[in-house]
Amino acid sequence: MITNFLNFEWKQFFRSSYWQKNIALNILLAFLAIYFILMFLALGVSIYPLLKKQFPESDPLLLVNGALFYWFLGDLIMRFFLQKLPVMNIKPLLVLPIKRSKILNYVLGKSATSFFNFLPLFAIIPFGVILIIEGYPETTAIVWILLMYIFTLTINFLNFIIEAKSAETELSFLPLIVLASVLFGLNYFELIEFTSLLAKGINAITENAILLLIPIAVLTVLYYINYMLLKTKLYVDGSLKAKADVAVTTDMAWTRRFGDIAPFLQLDLKLLWRNKRPRSSIFILVIGLLYGLFFYPNPIYKEWVPMFVFVGVFVTGIFMINFGQFIPAWDSGYYKLLMSQNIKYKQYLNSKFSLMLISAIIMFVLSIPYVYFGWKILVIHFAAMVYNIGINSHILLLGGSFNRKKIDLTQRAAFNYQGTGAVQWLIGFPLLLIPILLFYVPYKFVNFEAGIATLIILGIIGIVFHQKIMDFITKKYINSKYKMISAFDQDN
Amino acid sequence: MIKATQLSKKYSGNIVLDIEELEILKGQTFGLVGNNGAGKTTFFNLLLDLIKPTTGHVLNNEIQVNVSEDWKPYTAAFIDESFLIGYLTPEEYFYFIGELRGLNKADVDTFLAQFNEIFNEEILGGKKYLRDLSKGNQKKAGIVAALIGNPEVIILDEPFANLDPTTQIRLKKLLKDLTVNSNATVLISSHDLGHVTEVCERIVVLNKGIVVKDIKTSAATLKELEAYFSV
Repeated sequence: MITNFLNFEWKQFFRSSYWQKNIALNILLAFLAIYFILMFLALGVSIYPLLKKQFPESDPLLLVNGALFYWFLGDLIMRFFLQKLPVMNIKPLLVLPIKRSKILNYVLGKSATSFFNFLPLFAIIPFGVILIIEGYPETTAIVWILLMYIFTLTINFLNFIIEAKSAETELSFLPLIVLASVLFGLNYFELIEFTSLLAKGINAITENAILLLIPIAVLTVLYYINYMLLKTKLYVDGSLKAKADVAVTTDMAWTRRFGDIAPFLQLDLKLLWRNKRPRSSIFILVIGLLYGLFFYPNPIYKEWVPMFVFVGVFVTGIFMINFGQFIPAWDSGYYKLLMSQNIKYKQYLNSKFSLMLISAIIMFVLSIPYVYFGWKILVIHFAAMVYNIGINSHILLLGGSFNRKKIDLTQRAAFNYQGTGAVQWLIGFPLLLIPILLFYVPYKFVNFEAGIATLIILGIIGIVFHQKIMDFITKKYINSKYKMISAFDQDN
Repeated sequence: MIKATQLSKKYSGNIVLDIEELEILKGQTFGLVGNNGAGKTTFFNLLLDLIKPTTGHVLNNEIQVNVSEDWKPYTAAFIDESFLIGYLTPEEYFYFIGELRGLNKADVDTFLAQFNEIFNEEILGGKKYLRDLSKGNQKKAGIVAALIGNPEVIILDEPFANLDPTTQIRLKKLLKDLTVNSNATVLISSHDLGHVTEVCERIVVLNKGIVVKDIKTSAATLKELEAYFSV
C-alpha cells in the first residue's frame, strides 16, 4: 500500500503540468536547495573552530546549546511560512478499503521526510563529528546529534499543530509572530531565560543518555495530537471541504466617477479583497512601506544614493509589481467570460492601469514621513513614483500579454509560485534595476538633480504617450487571446 | 443569424470538428446533440471566438466573429463554470453583466424578478459568493445571467445538466417562450434527447465532428434520435 501511495506522489509531482512546463523555476529551486545545503554544511563545519577562536575560555558545545533557543524559534517561523502539511488528495482514498489510520500515518510520516528536516542534518552531523574529533566522549556527541534530530522533528509536528489551530484565516501568521515575539521578549529581558533553561536541559541529556526518553516522549505526544487533529478532519465535510465565506456586499458607488472603467475597477477591488492571494498583496504594502527603514537609518548607505532609488521604486511600486505581474492571470478563472462579453479590451486594461496608478500615489503619500531622513529621499520617492506610473506600469501591462499561467484565486498566498513563469523573473529585475541605472549615470557624471530629472522626464513621457502605448499593448493582448484562453483553461 | 462555412478545428492532426455549411435562422431554437467528443462544445467555442478555427469562419448576423467584435453586444452564452466570477455574489454578478449590456441596477432587478421561482430563494439575498453555491445553483445563475439584456443570440452548453427536475421543466418553458416573445436565436446542446426534442425546432446530430443528421423536429423525432443513439 505504501508503495502505491509513494507511486501516486511521484506521478502527481512529475505529471503536473506545473513541473513539466516550468523547468526554469525548478532549476532555480534546485539551486536554492543546493545553496542552503552548502550554507548549513559550512555552518556545521566552521562553527566549532570559530567559537573556539572567539571565546577560547568557553566550551563551544555549551555556547551552541545556549544559542539553540533562537535556532528553534527561527526554524518554527520559517516552517510556518514555508511548510504545509502534505495532505495529498485524500478524498478519493476515503471510500477505498484502506484503513484511515494507515492514510493518517502515511501523511504524517511523509512530512518527516521533508527537506526542512533534512537541512539541519547538514549542520548537525558535521558539528557532532567535530565534537568527537575534538575529544568529547562519543556518547555525548551521538546523543547530541540524536537529540537535535528529535528536536527538528518536534518542531516539524509542532508547526502543523500551530497551522491547524491558526486555521486559514488571513492574518493567521499573527498569533505565531506574537507568540514568537513574546517568547523572544521574555528571554531577552531575562524574565524567563529560555536560552539557559534549554541549554541546561540539553546539557543534562547529553550527560545522561537515558534522559533522551523525555524529548522522545514529547515528540510522540505531538505526533499523536497531530494524528487526532487530522482524524477529526478526515471527513468530506471537515477539512477536505472548502470553507464558505460570508459574503459582504458593497456597491462602491464612488468608483462611478472613473467613468467607463468603473465596472472593472469594482471587479478588481473585489478581486483584491475577497481572495486570499491577491489580498496578501495588500498586506505586502505594509512590508514595502517599512522597507525603507532597513536602509535609510543605516549610515553605511548614507553616501550610496543610487540605493535610495531602488528603495524608492520598491516602496512606491510594491503593489504595482505584485499585482501587475499577474495581469491578466488574476482573471484567468473567468477569462472566457470576459472574452465573450461586451467588453472593450482597452477599458479592461485601463482599469488595471488606474489601480496601479492610484497605488503608486498612495504609497508615495504614505512614504512622505521618510523625509525625516533627508529631503533627498522625498525627492527620490517622488521621481520613483513618476517613473513607476509612466514606465513600469506599462512594462508590467505589456509583460502581462505574455502571461500564460493560470492562478487559482483560492490558494494561499505566501510563497505560492503558481502563475509564476520565466516572464515574471525576467520582468522583475529590470523594473527595479533599470531606474537605478538611469539615475546613476547622470548622477555620477552630472549631479543629483540631473539623475532625478532623468527619471521624472522618462516617467512623464510615458504618461504623455499613455493612450498610444495602451493601444499598442491592447493589440498585443488581442493577438495572444486564443493562447491565453487555452492556457488559462489548463490546471496547473 | 449564424452561419458557419467550411468550419473545421484540428488538434495535432485530430479533427474534432468539420462542418461544411451550417446556417441557423433568426428566431430558431437550435439543438445540438451528440456523444462525448462529438464537437458540441468546440462548435460553441468557435461561435464565441474562444478558439481559433483551423479553416473556415463563422458569421454572426453577417459579422465574422474572429475579425470584428461587434457581435458581442447582442450575443450571450453560458458554457461552463468558467463563465462565473467566483468571488462575486450572484447579485453582483448579474449587475456586472447587466452593466456590460447597458442595464442599470434597477433594470437588472426588474429583470431578475421573473426568476424568483427558479431561484427558490437560494440565490438572491443569500450571503454566499458564487464559488460557494452548489453546482445546480451556479448553473441557474449562469443561465439567467446569459439572458440579461435580451440578447438576440443565446448559447447554452448543456443547460439541463445538474438542474433539479422543477427547474428543468421551468427552463424548458422559458426557452420556448423566449423565441416566441423576443425572436431570439437560441442554441443549446444536451445529452437529454427528451429535453431537446421538446424545446428545439431543429436538431443537429454531431458525430466525431461531422453533422450526421439535421432534423426539423416533429412527433417522430425522439424515436428517430433514440434509434440513432441506441447502437
